[in-house]
Amino acid sequence: MADFAEVLFQKAPATELGTRDILARIMAQLSSDLPAEKAGMIEVALAEIINNIVEHAYADEDHGEIAVHVTSADHLLVFEISDDGVPFPGETLPQGARPDLAASREALPEGGFGWLLIRSLAKEIHYSRSEGVNRLCVAFDLGEHVMP
Amino acid sequence: MALSTSDTETTRIVTVQTERIDAAQAIRFKDDMRDATIEGPDRVVLDLSQVDFIDSSGLGAIVASMKQLEDGQRLDLAGLTPNVDKVFRLTRMDTVFNLFPTLEDALGGA
Repeated sequence: MADFAEVLFQKAPATELGTRDILARIMAQLSSDLPAEKAGMIEVALAEIINNIVEHAYADEDHGEIAVHVTSADHLLVFEISDDGVPFPGETLPQGARPDLAASREALPEGGFGWLLIRSLAKEIHYSRSEGVNRLCVAFDLGEHVMP
Repeated sequence: MALSTSDTETTRIVTVQTERIDAAQAIRFKDDMRDATIEGPDRVVLDLSQVDFIDSSGLGAIVASMKQLEDGQRLDLAGLTPNVDKVFRLTRMDTVFNLFPTLEDALGGA
């Protein structure tokens, strides 16, 4: 899997279209090795993580770098996503609480689903901040599937 | 954002002609949905059968599209592909909208 990690290391400017570009490049290399449903859900979780970096870590910057590193071991696919934007508030990951959907139509939430999705889809998430770099490790369970 | 519309006697069908409703598209989608639904029939069915990816911003844009409808108008969703369907179920948005497997199902087989 060492080769795999090297191939997938990439940087891209932090914009919403940059998110698309990062995802397209990651998925182009992963999707042929993954069941479609698994690939689709990993893409959703990565999209949320990268959009969060664009919207929050780099909120006050026109561009910033996002690096994605991938490894695979023991039925897990592990992504390390790093940026040098601002840290999470309190250097703690959001809980991803379920928004109140029982509200009236006018009061229904139009956001707040990102961390709910990430936490629903990932097996493990770990965040660290050191030397001005945010580092998020996210592991996905591949079940019976083994990466080639 | 490419949206096309057609009407039956009681329903406006809005078809999303793109594969992704994501953060890069969300605001545009909401605005285009306003144009596509304003002064339309009371029932709007959004045909998502060409969409294979949605993120939380896209989901929020669909909620916003529903909230900006006029009083008495309602929004149903049809043709969710597996990835889109999963996102709706994980966020429990399947409890907010009526989801139909296909556009034909949404139109009652008519």
